[in-house]
Amino acid sequence: MDKDKNTFIVRCGEVALKGMNKPYFERVLLERIRKSLKKYDDVEAQRREGLIFVKTPAVYEKETVARDISRVFGVASVSHAVETESDLEAIYETAAEYMNGLIGERGIQTFKVEAKRADKTFPVESPDIARRVGGEVLKRCKVLHVDVHHPDCVLYVNVRHGRTYIYADKLKGFGGLPLGTNGKGLILLSGGIDSPVAAWMMAKRGMMIEAVHFHSYPYTSERAQEKVYDLARILASYCGRIRVHAVNLLDIQQAIGENCPEDEMTILSRRFMMMIAERIAEANGCDMLITGENIGQVASQTAQGLVVTDNAVSMPVMRPLIALDKVDIMDIARNIGTYETSIQPFEDCCTVFLPKHPVTKPKLSRILESESVLDKEALIRKALETQETVTVVPEM
Amino acid sequence: MPAYLDNSATTQERPEVTEAVMDAVKNAWGNPSSLHRMGMETEKKMKAWRRTAASVTGAAEEEIYFTSGGTESDNTAIFGACGALKRAGRHIITTSIEHHAVLECCRRLEEEGFEVTRIDPGSDGVVSADAVKAALREDTILVSVMHVNNETGAIQPVKEIGEALRHRDHILFHCDAVQSYGKIPLPVKEYGIDALSASGHKIHGPKGVGLLYVSREKRIVPLLCGGGQERGMRSGTENVPGIAGFVRAAQLAQEEMQENLQHVSALRTRLKEGILQEIPDVRINGPEDDLCLPYILNVSFMGTRAEVLLHMLEQDGIYVSTGSACSSRSNKKGSYVLRAMGLSPEETEGAVRFSFSCLNTEAEIDETLARLKDAVTKNRKMLSLTGKSGRKR
Repeated sequence: MDKDKNTFIVRCGEVALKGMNKPYFERVLLERIRKSLKKYDDVEAQRREGLIFVKTPAVYEKETVARDISRVFGVASVSHAVETESDLEAIYETAAEYMNGLIGERGIQTFKVEAKRADKTFPVESPDIARRVGGEVLKRCKVLHVDVHHPDCVLYVNVRHGRTYIYADKLKGFGGLPLGTNGKGLILLSGGIDSPVAAWMMAKRGMMIEAVHFHSYPYTSERAQEKVYDLARILASYCGRIRVHAVNLLDIQQAIGENCPEDEMTILSRRFMMMIAERIAEANGCDMLITGENIGQVASQTAQGLVVTDNAVSMPVMRPLIALDKVDIMDIARNIGTYETSIQPFEDCCTVFLPKHPVTKPKLSRILESESVLDKEALIRKALETQETVTVVPEM
Repeated sequence: MPAYLDNSATTQERPEVTEAVMDAVKNAWGNPSSLHRMGMETEKKMKAWRRTAASVTGAAEEEIYFTSGGTESDNTAIFGACGALKRAGRHIITTSIEHHAVLECCRRLEEEGFEVTRIDPGSDGVVSADAVKAALREDTILVSVMHVNNETGAIQPVKEIGEALRHRDHILFHCDAVQSYGKIPLPVKEYGIDALSASGHKIHGPKGVGLLYVSREKRIVPLLCGGGQERGMRSGTENVPGIAGFVRAAQLAQEEMQENLQHVSALRTRLKEGILQEIPDVRINGPEDDLCLPYILNVSFMGTRAEVLLHMLEQDGIYVSTGSACSSRSNKKGSYVLRAMGLSPEETEGAVRFSFSCLNTEAEIDETLARLKDAVTKNRKMLSLTGKSGRKR
């Protein structure tokens, strides 16, 4: 066994279920894993028999490497493993040594063994391997007892062609599909709790992400914009660098305020956001728009509100949060690490000009009529002139 | 033309100060506590700086303790006094317009069983000395009243309060003078102030350094335990370059006090008159000019949101403050100081603080006025569109 290296077994969730395309997905996943480990030197990553094996120099903390791997979309789970020849004597010895290590590190007292024989030519069958390894470990690690119901630790023995892998932990990944296998989407990133979660969910399905943010500077502060970049930076730790386009919506809001009914301010603004986003998406090769909209959450996200907003563009709009409850969205936000940033109290451009009583059941025909007094094209073009693009890179 | 009008938040370090700091960094890096010559040389310099600081403060050398700034000085004075005097009683008097460094200490003490009386100011932002006197009790051990309020510039009657407390040995009178130190005279002995907090970076000195004066007649217990520096009051190796810079800044402020006062008074008047003449529907917050520190001007622009004005002005390089840092909808109550003065929500929401320094110029004021006029007009127009200022469509 190579003592200078740590070995990791990576299981590929849904990728494994693919048929003809499986090699393609595996190849992309392998590439993504390599990319996510770029900060380490001398990383080896290979796919073999439906699994991905990663080796990193032992100087890098194995917990950190495992965590990095687990954050790659498409990874079902990852285990740090010790490796030996597929030979019973070698397996006993390695297993005992490994368990002694765990006794020292974690003070475990009880265990059980689960064995799997991927190499069907191996002369001993799985239950038998488990029994024998268990017996040998008991002999060699005096403090341990077997407990098949509530063991402190499950020792997995995975016998493969030529090599056997022994491990005790499985770190769950996010699942999903490797990034880059599903086109590119443009997220309308507001700075709230929902939109980062929506972007993350689409990215988890393999979609590359680009972002647009609408602000009303000086009615919103530069700090609010910094917060959006902070959120993008967190997203970037999952999906690589993200380009964020910031657009000032103030002139449009002013035009709406001057020419349209007050209670339609929000819904009309949202239509303009969608239209501008569509232009930016087209200019940057995005296939679709993504929003954090969630039915019924606020006045502009009622069924009627969504109909009116959706009508503004012809590009498909993905709304991955549409039927989730707020608490579930918050849970995901906490889990992916965007929540704490999202709840910082800065006003975004939707709340600055919030009407006292916004329309909750807008009628498309009426909204279109209100909108028709505005020179849409000129307003959109002027707003696009304010566009600033920043590329946000993940923190290492 | 840019204009920095947020000098009550912090000031730009003067070149003379930077020079003093650099000199100490290069030539006085020995530890004053070391027994060898290098340590002794730094110690000698510290002694000279302390002498200067004492003279600026109007106190004796042994009454000066260097700290990390206003907050630490306030904390040391308040907790230190309560620690020393708690056997004499558990009642504290302060005002509702103190800086958070004082208010939060009092809140903590309240949790620990002390009783706190907070005196509200009048509508001009000045606390009445009589109200403070009336609140005195047998078990009062600490009175903490700021010299000048940081949002309105209102000068508090610390002289009268000091006189009333002069012969009450079991009461410590603390004065947070962070906004006034080096700007207007504050003779601690004459006023009967027992403890005073000052900060370096409000007077063109470095950040992270300040001082605490404690009268030799009074005893307080230290907050920090350790090597016993600052005669046991403030353990921790001295911030030698910071102290060098602070003392230089204090010295300059003292020397140029009258000159600077005249300069900023003229600027303040110019801006105030300009606003009153050219911008309708405004309210000057704070007392009449003779009771107001001329370094601060607080104005409410009705029908605007101060934070938006701030961002509009920053686009032209003009920096002001809203006095309240809350921008969230959930915490839209605005400044606690202005609310304590009885201002309406509209008045607090549109309140901007301009604060001056000797480095500002007339031309900057004129530019500010022009930009401000424009910003207020735009802001009022925009807010009226959404019906936020009451206009119905």
